[in-house]
Amino acid sequence: MQKRLERILPRVQKPARYVGGEFNEIKKDKSSVKLRMAFCFPDTYEIGMSNVGLRILYGSMNTMKDVWCERCFAPWSDMEEEVRKAGIPLYALESGDPICEFDAIGFSLGYEMAYTATLNMLDLAGLPIRSEDRKELLPLVFAGGTSCTNPEPMAAFLDLMVIGEGEEINNELLKLLIDAKARGISKADFLLEAAQLEGVYVPSLYEAQYGQDGTVSSFIPKQGAPERVKKRIMKDFDGAFFPEDSIVPSTEIVHDRVNLELFRGCVRGCRFCQAGYAYRPVRTRSAERLVSQGTESLKNSGYQEVTLSSLSTSDYPELMRLCDGLMDFCESRSMSLSLPSLRADNFSMDIMKRVQKVRKSGLTFAPEAGSQRLRNAINKNVDEEDLIRTCRVAFEGGWNNLKLYFMLGLPTETDEDVVAISEMANKVLHCWRQHSNNKNRGVRITISTSCFIPKPHTPFQWEPQVSIEEYLRKVKLLRESLTAKNVNYNWHEAETSLVEAVLSRGDRRIADVIEKAFRSGSSLDAWSDYFDFGRWKTAFEECGIDPAFYANRLREQDEIMPWDVIDLGVSKKYLWRERERCYESVLTPDCREKCTGCGASKLNGGICDGRA
Amino acid sequence: MEGLRILFEKRGKSIYISHLDLMRTMQRSFTRAGYMLSYSEGFNPHPQISIILPLSVGASSRCEIMDFKLKEACDLGQMPHRLNAAMPEGIKVIQAYEASEKAKFLKFIRIEGHFEYDDGNFKEKAGELNSFFSQSELVIIKRGKKGPVKTNIIPTISEICFEAREKFVCMSGVISAQEPTLNPSSLVDALEQIKPSLAPNFAQFERLEVYRQDMTVFR
Repeated sequence: MQKRLERILPRVQKPARYVGGEFNEIKKDKSSVKLRMAFCFPDTYEIGMSNVGLRILYGSMNTMKDVWCERCFAPWSDMEEEVRKAGIPLYALESGDPICEFDAIGFSLGYEMAYTATLNMLDLAGLPIRSEDRKELLPLVFAGGTSCTNPEPMAAFLDLMVIGEGEEINNELLKLLIDAKARGISKADFLLEAAQLEGVYVPSLYEAQYGQDGTVSSFIPKQGAPERVKKRIMKDFDGAFFPEDSIVPSTEIVHDRVNLELFRGCVRGCRFCQAGYAYRPVRTRSAERLVSQGTESLKNSGYQEVTLSSLSTSDYPELMRLCDGLMDFCESRSMSLSLPSLRADNFSMDIMKRVQKVRKSGLTFAPEAGSQRLRNAINKNVDEEDLIRTCRVAFEGGWNNLKLYFMLGLPTETDEDVVAISEMANKVLHCWRQHSNNKNRGVRITISTSCFIPKPHTPFQWEPQVSIEEYLRKVKLLRESLTAKNVNYNWHEAETSLVEAVLSRGDRRIADVIEKAFRSGSSLDAWSDYFDFGRWKTAFEECGIDPAFYANRLREQDEIMPWDVIDLGVSKKYLWRERERCYESVLTPDCREKCTGCGASKLNGGICDGRA
Repeated sequence: MEGLRILFEKRGKSIYISHLDLMRTMQRSFTRAGYMLSYSEGFNPHPQISIILPLSVGASSRCEIMDFKLKEACDLGQMPHRLNAAMPEGIKVIQAYEASEKAKFLKFIRIEGHFEYDDGNFKEKAGELNSFFSQSELVIIKRGKKGPVKTNIIPTISEICFEAREKFVCMSGVISAQEPTLNPSSLVDALEQIKPSLAPNFAQFERLEVYRQDMTVFR
C-alpha cells in the first residue's frame, strides 16, 4: 500500500472501506489480463456493497479470463479531503491502482441523485468529466442502471450507456473493447461499432433539436446508429449468473446479509412505479434453485441471515416452498430468514408469522395513498379492509411498531385524499386498541410521506410534479389532521424531490446544471448531510434553466420525450392508456389475472412469467 | 468444546478492521470454515467469542488472542489451516488450543513502533526520544467519558528504547496490557502535548508478544 495512503487511513472514519482485501475479493495477475475494468459505484462502500446488481455484474465480468474487474466507491468527505490534499487519484480496491490507468470505467447509475457523485469520481480519478474532452479510446467511460432509462441528462459525460440488464451486454462490450484495443482504432470508430450492439446507446451519435417552446422537436440518429435502443434482458433468468461466492465485507454495510433475487419485473402495474415498468417482462427463478443458491451463499459467506429481494416478494408464486426450504437450513444453524416489506395482505402475514419467530419490532407497509379512490387511480391494489385485517393479525401477534409510507402530490390528489391518510392512521390505532395482545408496551405508528416524482417510462411521465409550496401545504394539512399522540409523522424534504424530478425527466441541456452543481461542491446528493439546494438553485439560474419546465410542466400526449429513444418494451400507447385509466380511477388487473398487453413480452419471444 | 483459544496475526490490510467488525469477521470466518460457534441464550443470541485485548484501528499485531466455545468437538490441529482459508487478507491464525490460563493473567505486551519524521535527523531524534521517555513522570491529558483526565504514563512503560533506522526511528518497548492499560498512541500524545518538536509526522505500532506478570510468554 502506498505510504501516503497509510498515513491518511488511521485518520478517516471507517478506513476498512478504502482498502479492499475482503474475503472472496477477486484478484488476478494484471499482466495476464487483456482488459482492466473499474466498476464504479457513485456512493459509499456501505451502499454500493449492499447492491445486488453490483455483486452480480462484478462476478459475471470476472468470469471472463481476459478481464479483471475491480471495485471503486465514492469516498466520504473526510477521505475525499485527505486524498485530494495528498494528490492520491481515485483507485480501485483490489489492486490499489488508479482507475485512470484502466481500460474501462463503468458506473452503476441506480438513482439520479448520484449524478454529481459520478462527476466527482471522474474528477478524483484525474479524468476530464465530459466525454468530448476524453479524446483517447481508453479509458472508456460508460454507465448502466435504472437511471439510464433516461440517458439524456448524463449524455455529455458518458461515452456510452448500456440499457437494461447488464450480465450479457457488459461482457459483449468488453470483448469488443479488447478487440478494438488490439486493432488500435479510434474512440469514434469504436463507438460506431459499439452502437451496433443491442442495448448500447451512444449519446454522441444522436442529435437533439429543440423547438420554440423548449421541448424536443427532433431526435436524430447519425452514422447508422439505431432509431431506438432496445433494452437487454436475461431471457433465461432462472439460469442467469448468480454469485454464490460473493465478497464478504470486513466492515458493516447497509444490507449485511445474503440477498436472493426471486424474480425480475412485477405483475402489479402501480402507475407511479418506474421499476414496475422498466424491468418487464416478469421472469422468475425456481424455488429449488433459490434454496440452493441461498444455502450455498450462506455456507460460503458465513452470513447469519438471508433475505429475499424482488419488486413484490409476496407475489412470488412459490414463496411458501422457498421459505420452508430456507428455514430448513437456517433453523438448526442459528441463521435467520428475513423478509422485506410485504404487501398488506393475509397471505404475507402468515409467512411473516412463520418466519420471524423472535424479533417483532417493526413492520412496514406502503399503501402510498390515503383514500381508496386515489389508490385505485395509481393502481395500488391494496384495500383498507385488507390493511386493517393485516394490522389486526400483526397486533395480535405482538407487533407494536408499524410504519406506513405514502406519497403526496400524486396525480388527481385532492385535500380529502390527504386527510384520508390521517383517517387511516386513526383506524390502525383503533385496531391496535381492540386487538393488541399487550397494551402495556404501547404502540408506535409512523407515517412517512415523500413528494411524488413523475418518472420516465411510466404512465405518469406526462404529469407535473406539484410545486414545493403545494407539497408543503399538503404536509401542513396532513400534520394538522394527525392528532393522536401515538402517531408520528415524518416528511421527506421537498427540495431534494424537485431536483430529482428535474434530473429524472431532463434532456441534454441539464448536463450544464449537473456540472455547475458539481463544480460548486455538490456530490453524494443522496445524503442529506451533503445535499444543498442553494447550490442547485444557483446552478439552474446560471445556466438559464427553469427547473419548473422539467418538474412542474404538464406534457402534451404527443410530445417527444428525451427518453423516447430508449425502448423498454412497454409501448407509449399502453402508458398513455394507463394514464387515462388513472383519471377515470379504474384499476388495471395484475398480470396474473389478465394480460393487459403492455408489449414487454416481445423482448422475451412472447414469454412472460407474470401470466397465470 | 469450551475454553478454546486462538493466537492470530492481524496485519496488512486487516489493520483497518475495527474491533467490532473483527468480532463479526471472526464469527463469519468460523462459519465459513465449517465450525459452529456456541451462541448465548436469550432473545438476541450472539456468538460467544472474546478478544482479550482490543486493538486500535491502524495498529497491527502478531499476537492477538481470542477465546471462544464451539458447539461440537473438533481437531484443534487442523483449525488454523481451515480458518486461514476463510479469513480476509491479513488475518492469520497461528495456533488453536485449549486455554490453560485466564485472560486476566496477560499483563504485558512487547510493541514496536515506527516514528516517521519528514525532516529526517533520525539519529538525533532517537537520542532525544530516549531521554524524553526516561523522565520519572509524564503526565498527559486524556479525553475520558467524564471530560479530560490527567494520567502519568511512565508507570505503564516497563521498557522503552528508540533507535535510528534508515527511514524512521524504531521504538521497541514493553508496556502494561491490563490494569492499567497503555494505548501506544499515548506515547505520541505525550510528545504532542509536552514536546511538540519531537512529535512524529506519523507513527505506526505493532504488537509482537504478550506476557504474564513474570515476563514469561502468555498463551
